[in-house]
Amino acid sequence: MNGSHATGSPYAPHTDADAAAMLDAVGVDSVEALFDIPEDVRFDDEFGIEARSERETRRLVRSILERNDDPTELLGRGHYGYYVPSLVDHLADRSEFLTSYTQYQPEVSQGFLQALFEYQSLLVELTGLEVANCSMYDAATALGEAATLAGRIRDASGHRVLVPDLLLEGRRSTLENYVAGTDLVVEEYPTNDANVDVAALEAAVDDDVVMVYAENPTIRGTIEERLDAVGGLAADHDALFVLGSDPVALSLLQRPVDVGADVVVGDASVLGLPTSYGMGLGLFATREAYLRQVPGRLVGVGEDATDRRAFTLTLQTREQHIRRERATSNICTNQAWVALRTAIHAAVLGPSGLVDLAKRGVTRAEDLADRVDDVVGAIAPVHDRRHFREFVARVDQPARAIADDLAERGFAVHVVGDHELQLCVAGVPDEDLDAFAETFAEVVR
Amino acid sequence: MSDDRARYDQARYVSDGRYEPLLSEKDSTRVEIDDDDSPLPDDLTRESLELPELSEPELARHYTRLSQMTYGIDTGPYPLGSCTMKYNPKFTEDVAALPSAAVHPDRPEASIQGTLELMYRLQDYLGRIGGMDAVTLQPPAGAAGEFVGIRVAAAYHEHNGEGDRNEVIVPESAHGTNFASAALGGYDVVSLPSDDGGRVDLDALEAALSEDTAALMLTNPNTLGLFERDIAEIAGMVHDVGGLLYYDGANLNALLGRARPGDMGFDVMHYNVHKTFATPHGGGGPGAGPVGVVEDLAPFLPAPRVREDGPSGSETSYELFEPEHTIGHVHGFHGNWLVLVKTFAYIARLGDEGLRDASAKAVLNANYLASRIDYEVPYEPFHHEFVASAGEQDAADVAKRMLDYGVHPPTTKWPEIVPEALMTEPTEVESKETLDRLAAAFRAVAGEDDESLEAAPERTTARRIDQTSAARNPRLSWQALDEA
Repeated sequence: MNGSHATGSPYAPHTDADAAAMLDAVGVDSVEALFDIPEDVRFDDEFGIEARSERETRRLVRSILERNDDPTELLGRGHYGYYVPSLVDHLADRSEFLTSYTQYQPEVSQGFLQALFEYQSLLVELTGLEVANCSMYDAATALGEAATLAGRIRDASGHRVLVPDLLLEGRRSTLENYVAGTDLVVEEYPTNDANVDVAALEAAVDDDVVMVYAENPTIRGTIEERLDAVGGLAADHDALFVLGSDPVALSLLQRPVDVGADVVVGDASVLGLPTSYGMGLGLFATREAYLRQVPGRLVGVGEDATDRRAFTLTLQTREQHIRRERATSNICTNQAWVALRTAIHAAVLGPSGLVDLAKRGVTRAEDLADRVDDVVGAIAPVHDRRHFREFVARVDQPARAIADDLAERGFAVHVVGDHELQLCVAGVPDEDLDAFAETFAEVVR
Repeated sequence: MSDDRARYDQARYVSDGRYEPLLSEKDSTRVEIDDDDSPLPDDLTRESLELPELSEPELARHYTRLSQMTYGIDTGPYPLGSCTMKYNPKFTEDVAALPSAAVHPDRPEASIQGTLELMYRLQDYLGRIGGMDAVTLQPPAGAAGEFVGIRVAAAYHEHNGEGDRNEVIVPESAHGTNFASAALGGYDVVSLPSDDGGRVDLDALEAALSEDTAALMLTNPNTLGLFERDIAEIAGMVHDVGGLLYYDGANLNALLGRARPGDMGFDVMHYNVHKTFATPHGGGGPGAGPVGVVEDLAPFLPAPRVREDGPSGSETSYELFEPEHTIGHVHGFHGNWLVLVKTFAYIARLGDEGLRDASAKAVLNANYLASRIDYEVPYEPFHHEFVASAGEQDAADVAKRMLDYGVHPPTTKWPEIVPEALMTEPTEVESKETLDRLAAAFRAVAGEDDESLEAAPERTTARRIDQTSAARNPRLSWQALDEA
């Protein structure tokens, strides 16, 4: 019988006899004698946190989370809840993957390193750029890292970072924090019907610009039509063209390298993670020319003592644990396990499945927009563009009231203006879209 | 011992002279995207996509093999100093997988009261454990938490008209992230030497402090496992010049229930939940790095935070809010939410007694293991981790040889204060029997000559990897292999 489990950490395996023998070996009478903490800073109180059995803890968490409603979510705007195949959970949850650390000893980490190498390769194919790291935290922090990269590359001159006026608040604000310690300033350029206003951008770009950012699809679901012009403007002024996107969109839309993108950022967790309150996976890919300036971890190929191909973390002299204050980034723990999930999800879909999923993002959004447009009192899509996954609808009544009515009937939608709703089809089964279209018609009429 | 080694062999799948092939070497398909069946005109689409196309059974075997070629805490002990690699309880995976945990971040607050309540309760737990007045859960990792701390400190000084403070002081032995986070925040980093005992040199600190000081970043116990006994005096010195004291939570596991950063005079701290609260590290993440602050700094925390919004029927309701002088977002949404669910469950399971006991056993394990090895441990008394010196041996070689004994080696060659450092942190989850096995591996390797160390490892999937040439000729994708 192991008495310590009744009163202490359930995961400390010591029997009382073990603990006694160990104290004896160390040469002290009690564990407390090992704590070298002066009296004046010692904590002698209680936290007031009650211990529970595993079963009670599960019940507690379940009872708290059950306060959440369970609507059908037609929500997107940077976080997408695609269906994740069971295989992803079962393989990624294998405990060797889940319970491993960063691969500082590559000889015993070949499996995870290879999976991350395959993830990097997936992004190389999707973006057409030569180098992808094996993850940042999310789209917003990847954007911030892209800006500091641009600042380093254009060390000598330039301090303007241009972003579209339709950028998500969380991304814009995170970017501002990342550049707060540099001399970079973030400025907006206008959009026209949700796409880059190329003429306005041209007027805004000068040689003081280090980076131009655009997204495809945009946060309003529109597909950009003149990205090559944006890339050209950036190139003309020696600024980095940073493009925001994601692996599903990139399976169908123009290849970033073909429109002149120097860096691709975005959230790769559209594959591999269900809705998770915004938890992400920062995608980061760039040109080989900037390899030594890349933030984050890179997995490369080497040979072992038997001349066999083997994988290892590489170019670590860019990283904080070696380079300290001169590192390319402060990132240490990244989102490796989410990258593993994304790689597995992409592999389950395969190229045909990915292209098909992306195509359905276009056709199903168009179809839903048509059905919304058929409702008297609603117009969709608001923007006269091609759409991917989501679109904005205009409603005659206050959008908030309609969203509240829809919520009561079990549907969650974005309110993006006084009379504007945004609707996303990603991950929503066809029959739920049918039910939504019927309910929407009832609510709006 | 050496006769035993074969039973620790790691899986090794070899075919065609290579280890497990890449997916791209098994099968790939190129899908053309042409106008005929595309919903978009071809000037808006790519021409083709070429990726592996395999069946589900093939994928199941591929990734299962890769998992078997990966060492995790469920495989064996993982005594990486300063990394606190604990066993990850399985039930926390189940609660994080509850359907009710899967919500979109743009859901209205009224519709996700459960999510907000759990966040609120976790903020409260963390505040009590750290002795902090306010907590944000947004930072997605420890280093992200450091950056938030630095940004909050900067905003605080700016608000008080002291925005020209431009220096952050960091001890030489600190985690590399401290230096990088301070630099990312725009600060000049002032490196602080240790005294002969391995602690902060108070004279050097006195010399480094000035009206330029924005903050001192410190972990306690430090990376040698030593408690900074002069912490009250250090806090006084930093506060006297108007600076803030930042607590790096990487070593918090050593102190649970015995000392709190807030009581020691720290103004801002981060928690590494994957370390202290046993959420799985997932091969390098996700973690989460909540940040706690004292009252004066709370208005500067990232937005949004969660607070009580009075009763709603029989239950309390919760809402998001923006702190008065917030620095804004440091993540696109709310950080690594699923990791936070696991953190909450872990703390709720252990409670006061479990947390206190975790620290006790972690410190006992470190001291016991150190007493059983032959390598010298120059600095003591240590808490949860100790730094041994491999002496005449190369610490990196020692590490490779330890792999042959079926155990993961310690962190090597760091901190640099100790020559050929073996920075070892067994944590509370290892049994006496496992520690004895670890100690036997340490002792066996200590007795080996350079030749056998350089030949290691032999029992791992891959033999010694030439990292220098891998860095000299970077090949970072299967596309790059095709070109070579």
